[in-house]
Amino acid sequence: MTTEPIILEMRSITKEFPGVKALDRVSLTVKAGEIHSICGENGAGKSTLMKVLSGVYPYGTYEGDIIFQGSECRFKDIKSSEAAGIVIIHQELALIPELSITENIFLGNEPRGRFGNIDWVVAKKTAIELLARVGLADDPDTQIKNLGVGKQQLVEIAKALHKSVKLLILDEPTAALNEADSQHLLDLILGLKGRGIASIMISHKLNEIEKISDEITIIRDGKSIETLNIQADGVNEDRIIRGMVGRTLENRFPDRNSKIGEVFFEVKNWTVQHPLTAERMVVKNSSFSVRRGEVVGFAGLMGAGRTELAMSIFGRSYGTFISGQVFMNGKEIQLRNVAEAIENGLAYVSEDRKALGLNLLDDIKESVVSAKLSKISRGQVIDKVKEHNIAEEYRKSLRIKTPTVQEGVNKLSGGNQQKVVLAKWMFTDPDLLILDEPTRGIDVGAKTEIYGIIRDLAAQGKGVIMISSELPELLGVSDRILTIFEGAITNDIPASEADPETLMRSMTSSKKKVTQP
Amino acid sequence: MSATTEAPKKSGGIRDLSKMFGNGSSTRQVGILGALIVIIILFQILTGGLTLDPINLINLVNQNAYVLILAIGMVMVIIAGHIDLSVGSVAAFTGIIVAISMQSWHFPPLLAIVFGLVVGTLIGMWQGFWVAYIGVPAFIVTLAGMLIFRGGNQFVGNSQSIPVPDSFAIIGNGFIPDFGPQFGFSNGTLILGLLVAVAVVWQEIRERQTQRKMGSESAPLWVSVVKVVILLAVVLYATYLFATGRPGTSYPVSGIILGVLVLLYSFITRNTTFGRHIYAVGGNWHAAELSGVNIRRINFLVMMNMSILAALAGMIAVGRSVASGPGDGVGWELDAIAAVFIGGAAVSGGIGTIVGSIVGGFVIAVLNNGLQLLGVGIDRVQIIKGLVLLLAVGIDVYSKKQGRPSIIGRFTRARRINESLDVPRVVPTLPEEETARPKSTTPN
Repeated sequence: MTTEPIILEMRSITKEFPGVKALDRVSLTVKAGEIHSICGENGAGKSTLMKVLSGVYPYGTYEGDIIFQGSECRFKDIKSSEAAGIVIIHQELALIPELSITENIFLGNEPRGRFGNIDWVVAKKTAIELLARVGLADDPDTQIKNLGVGKQQLVEIAKALHKSVKLLILDEPTAALNEADSQHLLDLILGLKGRGIASIMISHKLNEIEKISDEITIIRDGKSIETLNIQADGVNEDRIIRGMVGRTLENRFPDRNSKIGEVFFEVKNWTVQHPLTAERMVVKNSSFSVRRGEVVGFAGLMGAGRTELAMSIFGRSYGTFISGQVFMNGKEIQLRNVAEAIENGLAYVSEDRKALGLNLLDDIKESVVSAKLSKISRGQVIDKVKEHNIAEEYRKSLRIKTPTVQEGVNKLSGGNQQKVVLAKWMFTDPDLLILDEPTRGIDVGAKTEIYGIIRDLAAQGKGVIMISSELPELLGVSDRILTIFEGAITNDIPASEADPETLMRSMTSSKKKVTQP
Repeated sequence: MSATTEAPKKSGGIRDLSKMFGNGSSTRQVGILGALIVIIILFQILTGGLTLDPINLINLVNQNAYVLILAIGMVMVIIAGHIDLSVGSVAAFTGIIVAISMQSWHFPPLLAIVFGLVVGTLIGMWQGFWVAYIGVPAFIVTLAGMLIFRGGNQFVGNSQSIPVPDSFAIIGNGFIPDFGPQFGFSNGTLILGLLVAVAVVWQEIRERQTQRKMGSESAPLWVSVVKVVILLAVVLYATYLFATGRPGTSYPVSGIILGVLVLLYSFITRNTTFGRHIYAVGGNWHAAELSGVNIRRINFLVMMNMSILAALAGMIAVGRSVASGPGDGVGWELDAIAAVFIGGAAVSGGIGTIVGSIVGGFVIAVLNNGLQLLGVGIDRVQIIKGLVLLLAVGIDVYSKKQGRPSIIGRFTRARRINESLDVPRVVPTLPEEETARPKSTTPN
């Protein structure tokens, strides 16, 4: 056990919302210069705890004490917590896309010249220094909108460094990053640790947590369950999961119970151009097929063209169609728009359920039927009794946790929202379901349920394409895995013969067909 | 009701009462309806009974029918996430063309009305084309339309007034004809009132049947009875008022047109796939597109529909003043838009109802009318109207942002929490996910 001094102590924090106790006497102790992770299912109270700490919920709206660097703190807003040296970086980055890196770093904190004007010379010089510290080589005049998410994350950290941060809070920092960017970010956090900056990290990616944390506090149902020391307690992923769900997930992946039939869906020589940049092909001459009852995994890094491939097939929802054919049951079909794609038995569950998958103003029943209203209407008139009963059926069969199907979808947790989206597409009776990152941002328990649903769909004889950034999930659920690199399919291997190393190799090089010995 | 179970019964009663007007989503409408009732009572007292005088009431409907018709189209436009600034000009342009068609080309009134609707359709297709297929924001397209069709009206009519025949003017200033034996009431209006009364009862019975079919708990019978009795009282009292106006007057024809349109469009927005698609496009057009909704078609139709209704409103207004002039319809778009927002629609789209907008329109109408009866000048009336609009939307935005239920919504809120506590895990109400949506109802 380290004997580092304690930098932060949160004592018996209780936070109530009308009717709900979000935090119930939660305690958290962070030592100076350590990386402390907070784990818990969605809805466990992690974000609420961080909002209490950063002053989003001001002093007086919660019970308990916050002691930071030896003195009790009563933050009344984010500004006062930042003044104390606590900076939170949210999952959704708070940068302004139209402004430059420098302007963003100094936003609200601009160095002043003699007449109260902004001293851009000083600002730019400082910005270059800060960018060097986070390992970002871009021109500080670059507009944020021209940076990838990974680099934007680094700008956020540079901004925090400028505020002379002592405790950095990162909420799901790697959720939107690819492997390489994630690695870079994690290295950076370790580097900050070397310079004495403590970090609190919230993440669903348990392997990352295991890799870089010193200690882990597990929160479940608004209560702090335990604090584990990675080295002393011999913590591994299974141990963390056990703490989070209160039980061991014996088997995170369901059995492959489906009978794989003949090929029914084929894509040949699919080529798609970037919507804005001509001559840039995001999908290059790709061909693949799906069999009945088969789950085909699509592996590839961010930006490899997985989503672009899927969306362009689904009624040309992305980019400019250049060439290619789609065959269903041996017959060529035309998928010129989404309506035709749905009509031909395709379904696409998008990777961003809030922006692309759901109308957050709808309630559950309206969402479930929204992709095929014709199924519950006579002529143009909707049969609301049918609508209700169908939504009720899905609520029960998919175990969507909600009192009624009249509940608004914006009130559901991520996992339950995802189940609603799945129900919406199952309702269209598709033959082929394309699931784009179906478990992104949802907790471990719900993930297992989603895997079960995917395997059930396959068992019913449907074809499933699953796009995922998580290799264990691809290996655990798919029957066959295709790898994509720079818009082209680079490998096609049965899941039983695949391993993470092989996949990663095909995902990062264009060498065709790594031959198996 | 025994004394021992009094406490739970009471809260149960409040919960059931709140169900009277449907589920939580319509609490805003109930709130604005309450405000309307308060305003009516207030003016009734202040004006010494003039507000609910038959002559005034008939006037009120007649004067405002066309703005309310505009509000019907406007709420659909706003739900879809657009706005239409051109409605007043479109109404005026159609009005003058229709007037000319009767004066110069000797169109019979019925043909002239059909002609006017065709003109409205063409204008709507023009504006819909720019909005839906070219992608110019509706604000710009209809700002242009506002100028184009205002100028068009003055160009075509040489900035003169053109009279219309009395047979045409019926749609604007006519009343339900009287017939049969005379009791001092208008028999036509009495029959209309009875029809509405029967419809109210039938609607409530059907509502209960649907609820039962869905297997969802419907409110106890006494709630329905209370609701029906209240509604019947309102309907019959209104019938009495409209039927006892000045001889020769009764319920206005324009009011009947309005009523039919409200029923028709309520049905379209609530019960048809087209209506559902309007909400989908306004709520999240990305998601709508990926669900197979033809967004361009919806935008096109919504804009087209608005201009058709504007044409109809223009003709009714022409009928009411028995002439079409260069200043017709000035500022109508603002009254229609204000009605829609007071009625609970969201600027960002996806939210709003026909009935809410009509109630919102009546709030403005009664304010206008009451203040005028009190002799308040048009200057101060405008100031008050502006403040009411700001206040109504302000209260709504504030209560949403703070997660504080509105006064009326408090009861439904309490019920929801009770319900969700019955569920083993209270996933839905936890604010964990809220970080993603700073604007949503994060409890403070």
